[in-house]
Amino acid sequence: MTTSAKRFTAHPEGPHTLGKVRPHQTQNEALLFEKSSPGKRAYRLPPLDVPAVDIAKLLGPVYRENPGLLPELSEIEIIRHFTRLSTWNYAIDLGMYPLGSCTMKYNPRVNELVARIEGLAEAHPYRPESLAQGILEILDLLQRCLLDITGMDAITLQPAAGAHGEFTGILLTRAWHESQGNPRRKILIPDSAHGTNPATAAIVGYQVENLKSNADGGIDLEALARQVDSETAALMLTNPSTLGVFESQIHKIADVLHAKGSLLYMDGANMNALVGKVRPGDFGVDVMHLNLHKTFSTPHGGGGPGSGPVACKAFLEPFLPIPVLVRSENGPKDCPDAGDWEDTNAEPTADGCPPLFRAPAPRSEGERIGDPGALMLHPPGGALYWSYDRPKSVGRVRAFYGNTGMFIRALAYILANGPDGLRQTTEDAVLNANYVRKKLEDAYELPYKTASMHEVVFSDKRQAARGVKTGDLAKRLIDYGFHPYTVSFPLIVHGALMIEPTESESREELDLFIAAMHSIAREVEENPEIVKTAPHSTRISRLDEVQAARKPILRWKPAS
Amino acid sequence: MRYLPKSDEERRQMLAEIGAASIDDLFSSIPAEYRLERDLNVPRQQAESEIVEYFRAAGQKNATDYSSFLGAGVYRHYRPVIIDALVQRGEFLTSYTPYQAEIAQGTLQAIFEFQTMIAELTGMDVANASMYDGSTGAAEAVMMAVRVTGRSKSVVARTVHPEYREVIATYAKHQGLPATLVGYDPETGRVDLKSLESAVSVETAAVLVQSPNFFGMIEDIPAIAGIAHAKGALLIVSIAESVSLGIVHPPVEADIVAMEAQSFGVALSYGGPFCGVIAAKEQFVRQMPGRLAGQTVDGEGNRGFVLTLATREQHIRREKATSNICTNQALVALMATIFLAVYGKEGMRELAGHNLAKADYAAKTLAAQPGAKLRFSGAPRFHEFVLQTDEAPATWSRRLLESKIVGGVDLSRWYPELHNCTLWCATEMVTQAQIETAAKVLAAQPVEA
Repeated sequence: MTTSAKRFTAHPEGPHTLGKVRPHQTQNEALLFEKSSPGKRAYRLPPLDVPAVDIAKLLGPVYRENPGLLPELSEIEIIRHFTRLSTWNYAIDLGMYPLGSCTMKYNPRVNELVARIEGLAEAHPYRPESLAQGILEILDLLQRCLLDITGMDAITLQPAAGAHGEFTGILLTRAWHESQGNPRRKILIPDSAHGTNPATAAIVGYQVENLKSNADGGIDLEALARQVDSETAALMLTNPSTLGVFESQIHKIADVLHAKGSLLYMDGANMNALVGKVRPGDFGVDVMHLNLHKTFSTPHGGGGPGSGPVACKAFLEPFLPIPVLVRSENGPKDCPDAGDWEDTNAEPTADGCPPLFRAPAPRSEGERIGDPGALMLHPPGGALYWSYDRPKSVGRVRAFYGNTGMFIRALAYILANGPDGLRQTTEDAVLNANYVRKKLEDAYELPYKTASMHEVVFSDKRQAARGVKTGDLAKRLIDYGFHPYTVSFPLIVHGALMIEPTESESREELDLFIAAMHSIAREVEENPEIVKTAPHSTRISRLDEVQAARKPILRWKPAS
Repeated sequence: MRYLPKSDEERRQMLAEIGAASIDDLFSSIPAEYRLERDLNVPRQQAESEIVEYFRAAGQKNATDYSSFLGAGVYRHYRPVIIDALVQRGEFLTSYTPYQAEIAQGTLQAIFEFQTMIAELTGMDVANASMYDGSTGAAEAVMMAVRVTGRSKSVVARTVHPEYREVIATYAKHQGLPATLVGYDPETGRVDLKSLESAVSVETAAVLVQSPNFFGMIEDIPAIAGIAHAKGALLIVSIAESVSLGIVHPPVEADIVAMEAQSFGVALSYGGPFCGVIAAKEQFVRQMPGRLAGQTVDGEGNRGFVLTLATREQHIRREKATSNICTNQALVALMATIFLAVYGKEGMRELAGHNLAKADYAAKTLAAQPGAKLRFSGAPRFHEFVLQTDEAPATWSRRLLESKIVGGVDLSRWYPELHNCTLWCATEMVTQAQIETAAKVLAAQPVEA
């Protein structure tokens, strides 16, 4: 499985890569199973301090004699294995990652540190609420921040990712319509939408009705007015759209829907264009999800975990998934788990609360609070607890309370930014996208001239005339030291190049990216083959995906 | 702002090059009446040291020095140090879903290794790259069985984690997928096979059980499979405690396994992020939800890995996809992969054996106290057990808390008939001394007022 040396020498550092990268050696590494040999170990358990048991006897017929082909390795081999694998990945930490719609921004390291603080990382979800007040305070503060950022009235943190948030939001929509006497039949989804939107609507039992975009790539108000009827439960709208365009007629869109009793669901995937500048709750959105792993800097981790809180207007609040986080008023009756304590004869404390349930002493104002009116880190009030007494709830969408580790990271990000930093972040994200647009307009076709927000979508129209497609351009970008943009999405743009730089790129990095895109455009004219066969500098060249799908090999098996 | 790599001068220059007079020009597509003209009501910008201090204080407000006998779907096992050392490498932490295979081979090979380990442990042919968690994985497994069989009904054991059942109900509700609950044998705490047999019909798509079940009892999977298969239904086995697979026979008779891999080196983290995964027999792979990594070759014959069978997924199939899942739990699956590499074949047996021994000792010690007994017997257990006490759990749990011990979970919350019953768990992290202290405090009579 050695990679041939000739590929590395075919296109060495030179004018082709503008000097941003040069090849370096990466270590080859077999699969864990291929490196295993019996008797090696990377663990040692402490001596068993209770009597040993006869496992086979205790388990009887369910005793497992052969635990399967797990590898046997030493610790240094495992460290090298995964470290070598890691060097085969591109990452935000290495350079610009302009995947449109994915918001690949810097993932601050302090987030990782605070998520691992023992009292937070080691908290069991069923520990008494009295022993979890620290975590509940974090969740409460995050909820209050996200409510102000979105301009909504109520929120659940339970959904595990964006698509799970969509599911939750459409469940709320359905529950509300049912409470009005008719769940309705269909959900309208623009043709520019993420694939998760129609997939979600289907799971909640709705028919998907496609809404064609207008000449600007936005919502066609007349078509919308024609299609919305008494069976339309909601429109699922991404705003800014997947073209990176803000729906300027958003208030009219909301009016058209509301006039027919339909709701406006907003996919918050592109919230990085809005935070601190405009709030969905102010422009007519009824329910929306956020992606903490996009807008709020929690790491993508090679595909997850994410977190998809859902915020809604007050009329949808009764339907939120259980449990809902509630702050009690001061006083013993409102102490969480109060029932557990009633028949005890413990000495009550001065305020009647068992000691652990007592509300935290509010800190003095000014100690923590910067700007007047800013949210208090330590609000006054009673203890926090989970409320399950929610007769109209849509039920649970996930066990426990959500991806708490992501809530901690997202809050750390919000605290690091403050109101001014969040607004500046949004402005820089939009500035970067517009800068890239301005600098690449001459080389690439811009199918929609509408103003861009945080991302810009070009098409491969000019390059395709030379037989080079967006996927080829993307692969060639790898040779220049960049991760590709999002390829062939949104679907309304033929041969789309969807570029979202995020706020995390310096001008120098953007200029290198722009130079790379210009250089590739020139290559398409002069030497299209080099683009069509890219990448040339990676450990492996393009993989045979057809073979992978035709005869799937989805696991390692020992050679027989 | 320390995360933003620009000076104000650079911002001005860039605006000038764009041809915008001010940054607000770039936001002109937002109608003026909706623009936010005030600061967001969030705390002011905090220094890194303040952030660390805020979360440390919050962590201290949570009790940290308690011994715990909590399990019930979330299990405290030792997490080898190299897990966090490796997953915090930026190349894993800050990379996206590996759609661009040439520069994501590290993630892809690790997923392939994860899929292989899960298949080996569960006795299934194939496993996916992860689901959100055990509860949503179980719900997705039911939907998968519906697609495979073309039937709509499911039969779910009451011994499945109650919160998993709630999630399944939420998913099933609007897809016209009725579910019937089947009770448990009051002696053994396992699925009542007679009730199961009468609940399963030729309209049943799936029978879903959990093993070890919510009470810690190991279900009779071959018998349950026989009942399901006799009517052409698929058997889904949910596994919440994956460490059990080190010594407990895998549910090879199942068609689909929906597992929670949190036990493999993932922090409790107040309930998430965890790592669901679906494994299945090979013939069902095209109905599986979620991402799959597959092996292939590049143009020069080098082995490589790609995400494959994407025509099942939402970004290709939209409303006809097998699931709406997109983001999964990749980094958590990587933690599990590293954990399994550390313990390996022998370590998983040894680790699971220690859990069995600790729980056996804890069960015997606690049940030997006056007024306490084990609720279920006559079937094998792993590391959880149900304790029934004469005294109300609300009363003795308070005594335990005062001694810095968190005892078992009160089951009456979900099983009203299990009066004064609590679910205890003893992993390898629990010491003999903690077990004995818990027993002593449990036995102590409450002080009369």
